[in-house]
Amino acid sequence: MTVVHSAPRIASNEGVRDALTKVLGAHVLGSSENHGEIIITVQRDSIEDVLRTLRDEHAYQQLVEIAGVDFPGRTERFEVVYMLLSLTKNHRVMVKVSTDEDTPVPTVTTLWPVAGWLEREVFDMFGVTFDGNTDLRRILTDYGFEGHPFRKDFPLTGYTELRYSEEEKRVVYEPVELAQDFRTFDFTSPWEGADYVLPGDEKADMPDVDKPKTTESEKQTGAGAKTDDKAAEGTKADPPAMMTKGDGK
Amino acid sequence: MSGLTLEESPTTDGEEISNYTINFGPQHPAAHGVLRMVMELDGEIIERVDPHVGLLHRGTEKLIEYKTYLQALPYFDRLDYCSPLAQEYSYVLAIEKLLNVEVPERAQYLRVLFAELTRICNHMLNIGAHVMDVGAMTPNLWVFELREDCLNFFERASGARMHSAYFRPGGVHQDVPLKLLTDIGDWVDTRLPELFGDAMSLVIDNRIFKQRNVDIALVSKEDAIAWGFSGPMIRAAGVPWDLRKSQPYDVYDRMDFEIPVGTNSDCYDRFMVRVEEVYQSARIIKQCLAEMPEGPIATDDRKIAPPKRAEMKQSMEALIHHFKLYTEGFHVPAGEVYVATESPKGEFGVYLVSDGSNKPYRCKIRPTAFSHLQAMDFMTKGHMLPDATAILGAIDVVFGECDR
Repeated sequence: MTVVHSAPRIASNEGVRDALTKVLGAHVLGSSENHGEIIITVQRDSIEDVLRTLRDEHAYQQLVEIAGVDFPGRTERFEVVYMLLSLTKNHRVMVKVSTDEDTPVPTVTTLWPVAGWLEREVFDMFGVTFDGNTDLRRILTDYGFEGHPFRKDFPLTGYTELRYSEEEKRVVYEPVELAQDFRTFDFTSPWEGADYVLPGDEKADMPDVDKPKTTESEKQTGAGAKTDDKAAEGTKADPPAMMTKGDGK
Repeated sequence: MSGLTLEESPTTDGEEISNYTINFGPQHPAAHGVLRMVMELDGEIIERVDPHVGLLHRGTEKLIEYKTYLQALPYFDRLDYCSPLAQEYSYVLAIEKLLNVEVPERAQYLRVLFAELTRICNHMLNIGAHVMDVGAMTPNLWVFELREDCLNFFERASGARMHSAYFRPGGVHQDVPLKLLTDIGDWVDTRLPELFGDAMSLVIDNRIFKQRNVDIALVSKEDAIAWGFSGPMIRAAGVPWDLRKSQPYDVYDRMDFEIPVGTNSDCYDRFMVRVEEVYQSARIIKQCLAEMPEGPIATDDRKIAPPKRAEMKQSMEALIHHFKLYTEGFHVPAGEVYVATESPKGEFGVYLVSDGSNKPYRCKIRPTAFSHLQAMDFMTKGHMLPDATAILGAIDVVFGECDR
């Protein structure tokens, strides 16, 4: 694809991805180069080694940003993305790890002091913990805030609202009360994958009722030698195990 | 500050007064917004600073996930409300990078022109506020006149003084009248150098101003890089790093300008870097005005930029495009990009994750102030309490952007 946009032009990406994945070797889980961005996905536990290698041997001196992204459909739902900048090579790469709610990511505050607040922000917004960060307090949300607001399952309106109470002469916290329902409009064209059913289309995806249900082979009836054996065993007089409480047999 | 030895703390009733903690902010005239700093002091010497940010957190990034790409644009004006167009810049470039859309030359010149006006506008506020924080009143009033002029130019281009929403994916919103360009040219030639020069003549060699700023908050090159400094903060530390020069976007590569760098990396250098940047921005503006070609101001890809109003009244297809763009919006190919531009305060980045729909899946904003403010602790250590305001003024922090 020829580049026609006028976004910032950095040094050439040519060969960088191959060189970096080769150097990082077994730490690398995957890499991609789309839209002119080199993204290297690495193992969570080796993020510190990877970034140290990139900083010390490949001149990516600055850690610009750590971003969290939430993909609730994945088993390891959070991505933590480290943006690195090389001032000498005039180049940028992104390094990614993924994690879930319970597994901590090793801290990189040992490499860059700036990582402290950046990790605090990811922790605050997504609940990703960073192993070794000694100051993992909330940073952007209110004192005493609960939950992690940038998770996809956290509602946009939040759970609490606050106002100044004239009677109590202080700010009070209350559950959110919406004067009207929260409205989201889906303007996506129905021809391009809207995920709601158009009026009149309700029956479009119903199961086929024209074909009668039949059992065409023995298999479908459940009959056979195995079933015969089972029948020969006979039934016991005792009730099934789940119905007798306590003794289990 | 290592050579400084302190007298014994004064004692009361034989009991020694130990360190004490004060709250600087969140309502403090020198805090430049809602910053709360918990300061541990020994007498008047700062021992430790713990900045508490987030008091202006509005969840911009979350709100953006619920808006179409175009609806999300005005949020960027409201981040750093002192330099609105500079924030829009990163966002539209990020979208354009994902879409791979070509922007007409006139639009590129207009964006560079207004980005530089924004830089002047921002530096006027910061320079004025900085000198006022350390005691001078007059320069602030003078440079605010210039800021007002800039805001008038924005109003004439976009209809809004501050929250312009002028940069759009694929170009800019509207063309500018010729009279506006000539007025900007006159202003840059006459009024800006005169008034700004006058104001700065009061400050830059002023003994009091120097006493308050020289050798305050020294930061080595290594520290500046490790703490993620950018913009005037890293340039004052002697690193000639400017994204406009090293990673040019739009027509910055055709512009002839210099990058000022500091020699001593103190608050005075940071101030002087900004002063020089104003003159360099004026140079860029003059070049833009001289070189700007005629032509369209937005891409003619009707799936991204809307048709002209007049065309919409005539053509059925144009009407449909208009309707679809302002209801559904345009779809952006799946992928992720990180685009950073040189905002007046430093590297302002947008990490945009698209899932191919008409809304961003995730939009992470990289504020400039976050890393600078984090360094507050080591920059203020060992300085006097009133130095904190000078250091804060030289950081150039705006909380709309820091807290998002």
